[in-house]
Amino acid sequence: MALVEAADASVLEGLDVLETATDVGPSRRARLWSAAWPKLAALFLVIAGWQAVVWTGWREQYLLPAPGTVLRELRSMTSQAVFWKAVGITLRRAAVGYAAAAVLGSIVGLAVARVRVLRVAVGSLITGLQTMPSIAWFPLAILLFQLSESAILFVVVLGAAPSIANGIIAGVDHVPPLLIRAGRVVGAHGASLYRHVVLPAALPSVLAGHKQGWAFAWRSLMAGELLVIVANRPSIGARLQFSRELSDAPALLAYMIVILAIGIAVDAAFAAADRSLRARRGLTLA
Amino acid sequence: MTIVNDEPGAPTPVPAPPVASDAPAPAPTSPASVPAAIRCRGLSKAFGTARNAVVALDRVDLDVRAGEFVCVVGASGCGKSTLLNLVAGLDAPTRGQVDVVGRTALMFQDSALFPWLTVADNVGLPLRLAGMPKGARQARVEELLASVHLAGQGERRPHELSGGMRQRVALARALAQEAEILLMDEPFGALDAMTRDLLHDELERLWVERSLTILFVTHNVREASRLGDRIALLTSRPGRVAATFDVPFARPRRIEAPEVSEMAGLVTARLRQEVARHGPR
Repeated sequence: MALVEAADASVLEGLDVLETATDVGPSRRARLWSAAWPKLAALFLVIAGWQAVVWTGWREQYLLPAPGTVLRELRSMTSQAVFWKAVGITLRRAAVGYAAAAVLGSIVGLAVARVRVLRVAVGSLITGLQTMPSIAWFPLAILLFQLSESAILFVVVLGAAPSIANGIIAGVDHVPPLLIRAGRVVGAHGASLYRHVVLPAALPSVLAGHKQGWAFAWRSLMAGELLVIVANRPSIGARLQFSRELSDAPALLAYMIVILAIGIAVDAAFAAADRSLRARRGLTLA
Repeated sequence: MTIVNDEPGAPTPVPAPPVASDAPAPAPTSPASVPAAIRCRGLSKAFGTARNAVVALDRVDLDVRAGEFVCVVGASGCGKSTLLNLVAGLDAPTRGQVDVVGRTALMFQDSALFPWLTVADNVGLPLRLAGMPKGARQARVEELLASVHLAGQGERRPHELSGGMRQRVALARALAQEAEILLMDEPFGALDAMTRDLLHDELERLWVERSLTILFVTHNVREASRLGDRIALLTSRPGRVAATFDVPFARPRRIEAPEVSEMAGLVTARLRQEVARHGPR
């Protein structure tokens, strides 16, 4: 052949460069803006709609106050110690209840995923528990624990644990068999196979379970705080209830906004964790 | 490792029609001087039970000498992958036995890299599972990546690589297992022709440098003729070794070489005969 042949190694390296062209996405600022503006627009529309309803005079202003009134109330609330104490107690309950649910849900989920007999026995029961409205547990919780912190935690844990367990079970079930074989081939067995292959592969589903578990925990907690009011333990739910008893509509709506804001903030944290997990594994659309 | 399994309850394979005259003698070419790295004797594997059993492999006799490069070709459904699983010890035979002298590593058509690990951590996982300390591991991983021309790519993620690069990472991961025997299940089947040809050269180089024994399964007869010292032709349903071909050409070979094409033609003709047996009479 008359042509001088290129050395194999350099052909290989040339192909590598050609086949892995890295595209530079939009800047961080552009991405933040493109994520933020639809949310801001939606928020504006909601407030505008609210204001419009107030202007129609459908309800008296002391029952349905204007957005401006509620925002002023919210600002003055945040300067009171009792507000921060209530938020602190509610968040502590949420954290403790959610953590306990995570531990319990993980243990149950792993056990059910691994042991066939357990799966047959309680697999569908877990899904059943997941669909049960958590407020239905409160009468029992109050019988068992009276009006106490324990009653609230009991229901929060029961509300969140099934979702967390189901996330683990679904994740373990959907690990690609090829990855399990690859794990065995490189020398992972039993516990090390779980540690290095099964659990990392199941992580996206585990995270989704935790996200749903958090949503259930937060709902159960709010229901619980409305029903179970512990003396000298101000909480967001208790403040909400007092506002209604005092017909203090601006405070009531302000506390609702706080509940919504906390829920959205935690959900955003889960969404960010999920995004970074997917990006690292190449599961996102460019 | 010896696997013997001869339960009386196991399904009896259906007797196959008489095999063509160039079928191997009971003990295929294996000079006494070179020890066998893989020895399959009467190896059978059936899936399912009793009457519904599907015989994937039927009394396969196959020897691979230490340092030999043997390709197994056959039409789809001939139990090629089953054979590799049995040799790798991932599955137990229904009858017969496999003797494997040395450690095995298995590579798949899909690179089967772990998407949550970086390239370096993928290659380092077998070392980590074997208990190698971190410092030594890093040096070893860097050396392995360099040997597949991926030096400095350790921090990337599998999804950022091309198919050919991923297979080279998988090859480095297999080499990390310090295995003397490499079992490969159509490892280049999903690659484009140019990448595949380059990887043939790479694999041949590593085979020589590291004195590996390779059992390479493929449906690509030309690839087998390019790479193998010997080609074993596996028939379909039930899977048996119908013929073996010696490939005596000097190395390094090129896939375009006339003698490689000629050998591929020979093997293809025999393969077509075998496939035709399954058609309408």
